[in-house]
Amino acid sequence: MRASLLIAGLIAMLASAVWAEGQGGLGPVIPEATGKAHPEGNDYMRRWHMSMMRHDRDVTMYEGKRDQNASLGGCFECHAAKDETGTPVTYADARHFCRSCHDFVAVRVDCFDCHRSTPEGVEEPPAHAALGGVLSPSLGADVGALVAYLGAWEVGQ
Amino acid sequence: MAIDRTLYREVPATGALWGAGLLLAAFLVAGLASFLYVEHHGHVVTGMTNQVVWGMPHVFAIFLIVAASGALNVASMASVFDKVAYKPLSRLSGILAISLLAGGLLVLVLDLGRPDRLLVQLTHFNFSSIFTWNILLYSGFIAVVAVYLWVQMDRTVHPKWTKPAGVLAFVWRLALTTGTGSIFGWLVARPGYDAAIMAPLFIAMSFALGLAVYVLVLQALCALSGRALGPERVSGMIRLLGLFVAAVLYFTAVQHLTNLYAMEHKGFERFILMDGGVYTTLFWGVQVLLGGLVPLAMIYAGKASRPVMPTLVSALVILGGLAQIYVIVIGGQVYPMELFPGYSVSSDFFDGAIAAYTPSLPEILLGLGGVAFALVATGVGAKVLRVLPSNLSDSNPVTKG
Amino acid sequence: MSCGAKKDVSRRDFLRSGAALATMQLAPGVTLMAFGGSEAQAAADAGKRWGLLIDASKCAPDCNACITACQDENGWKGSGNAETDVQWIRKVTLKDKSSGRETSLPVMCQHCESPPCVDVCPTGASFKRKDGIVLVDKHICIGCRYCMMACPFKARSFVHEHVTNQKTHAPRGIGTVESCTLCVHRVDEGRIPACVEACEATGHGAMVFGDLLDPESEISRRLAEYPSVALRPDLDLNPGVRYREI
Repeated sequence: MRASLLIAGLIAMLASAVWAEGQGGLGPVIPEATGKAHPEGNDYMRRWHMSMMRHDRDVTMYEGKRDQNASLGGCFECHAAKDETGTPVTYADARHFCRSCHDFVAVRVDCFDCHRSTPEGVEEPPAHAALGGVLSPSLGADVGALVAYLGAWEVGQ
Repeated sequence: MAIDRTLYREVPATGALWGAGLLLAAFLVAGLASFLYVEHHGHVVTGMTNQVVWGMPHVFAIFLIVAASGALNVASMASVFDKVAYKPLSRLSGILAISLLAGGLLVLVLDLGRPDRLLVQLTHFNFSSIFTWNILLYSGFIAVVAVYLWVQMDRTVHPKWTKPAGVLAFVWRLALTTGTGSIFGWLVARPGYDAAIMAPLFIAMSFALGLAVYVLVLQALCALSGRALGPERVSGMIRLLGLFVAAVLYFTAVQHLTNLYAMEHKGFERFILMDGGVYTTLFWGVQVLLGGLVPLAMIYAGKASRPVMPTLVSALVILGGLAQIYVIVIGGQVYPMELFPGYSVSSDFFDGAIAAYTPSLPEILLGLGGVAFALVATGVGAKVLRVLPSNLSDSNPVTKG
Repeated sequence: MSCGAKKDVSRRDFLRSGAALATMQLAPGVTLMAFGGSEAQAAADAGKRWGLLIDASKCAPDCNACITACQDENGWKGSGNAETDVQWIRKVTLKDKSSGRETSLPVMCQHCESPPCVDVCPTGASFKRKDGIVLVDKHICIGCRYCMMACPFKARSFVHEHVTNQKTHAPRGIGTVESCTLCVHRVDEGRIPACVEACEATGHGAMVFGDLLDPESEISRRLAEYPSVALRPDLDLNPGVRYREI
């Protein structure tokens, strides 16, 4: 119990340090958004976006109230990171808005097994598909990177 | 020999036991690989379709779950019905029951479309679903049998508690198998299901399948660990198995005769009993003949004392049980639902047509992986816990309490 | 569709602002569903029960307009394997065993009042909205397929493969179960389901959508006027989809 509290505290400290570093430092590189800033502020969005989306998705699905503030579709109206050709990238691309943070904190996002990860109208390539599950295409790369890291670490010892 | 007492000892780590463990580990790995393969590509790589939505994994899972409940027969005979001859065999019965159930649930969970959402299932309960009740019955079963085992094994617990624990486990497993049978019995939509007799039929099946699995596992464990196993003990169980096999045949007969009497079910009965191809063959050839009449004949022809007979009878009963569950699960789905009585129907979505189903390798390997898991768990249980008596020869007097 | 997002929002806002008034004051009387509109509507309303009336005598055997429209609207085109592809709506051809007369009609989720899929779902992912539309909450669907076993109409499909290019309003993905939503996203905006609209457009007019609880609605008036049936009436599920002239 105490150990888990300690660990949680440690993570919180590290995380706040990371956020304090901002864009240039150790933190994730967050793609520029278009449109107006959230009135709630970025810190609020970072902390609460999943709760907001979760709440509003249930209101939408169960009660049929479809003009909700927090919807995935709404996110991508401003947060559609684009590739060299100016096409919004899908979640399969590491530059995707959601991935920029979620890769950093190693939290797997379940949303895009079912939801599209680009604005409506963008043609999503099939690579987007096989993202879910244990054997994701990035698994090989991840394992490779881990092995390389451990190798370098060992050499450094 | 005659002065031996019943001493429960961990099975020794013989080479043969390790060999069996390695073989089972290979099946475990194959099962895990199948799971990852299907999880990565989706169920499109299995034989399951939108017509046959439950396939081979479910056949194996239901077999294991039903057998789990029946594996407790031996313990129930000892504690509930006071048959002292079964007392030394009681602990292994509990270990096997828990292991089989865990194997079955493993297969069931790994075949889910979203196995990663197991936690969702454990936090969202819809109490109008028999599935939800089964989750509680299954977890409760593991807990109840664990307590039952503890009561039997802990020397500081007074033996008077064995009977209440045994009665609770006995009642619980009847509820469990009723719940499992009701998964099908309460499906009003399909002509092959929707019958209250599914619950007692599944209970009879559990008695037969569980005991057959128990006999094979006991024989294998004793052979692999070099322990004596008296033929009289085994043939006693085989005679009991005969009763259960007869009960399964009886309920099967009532199930189909009832359906035959109702005009609306004639089509389905005709399919299973006469022109269902592989399903008809499995029903008459494997389920009724090989898994029912042949074992009955062998048992009641007085050949129960022949050396390989118990093994053969148990294997046949298991084969027949698998065929029966296959006919119930798959046969019940391939036969089309009647949406428009009085019309012959057709569509691009297989309305009115007998659906095709061919089990794929990953499905079979996943199912066998569950079987392997159950057997490994039982073996490990016998290896680390004192559940198997060191001497089960017929001359060994039975201990009291 | 996305280029009209701005307009949609403003339209929705407009509907929302007048929603309470509209549903209370206009509900009895305004029944334009069959002609391309419905009551102003911005949320599921317990005072309504949405349903369909399908006239098999007007359904052309060679017409698949409803299916194509559903595929376009909800984005469920298959990968060419009929056995594992999903099917939200299908055309069934009936042939009377004694007379040989042929009829054709679409079958989809029947949006039962007492849906077996909702009863059997272990997590509660299968649910019925208060306006009678039966849906799957894919966030908590574990893909056990028990609802598919329980549905008497074969209305549910399991997504066997990865999918891409979903519609924003119709998320769907591997390992979960799905079925006709009665175009709930359109209904919530006061529009009619895509299949009904497409059927109207072909001129067949075999499908009518509307509120079964409103005695003045087109669907209720037609149901009162001539005989209709529910599929599997023996099960007494009281489906929201009714048929006539089968």
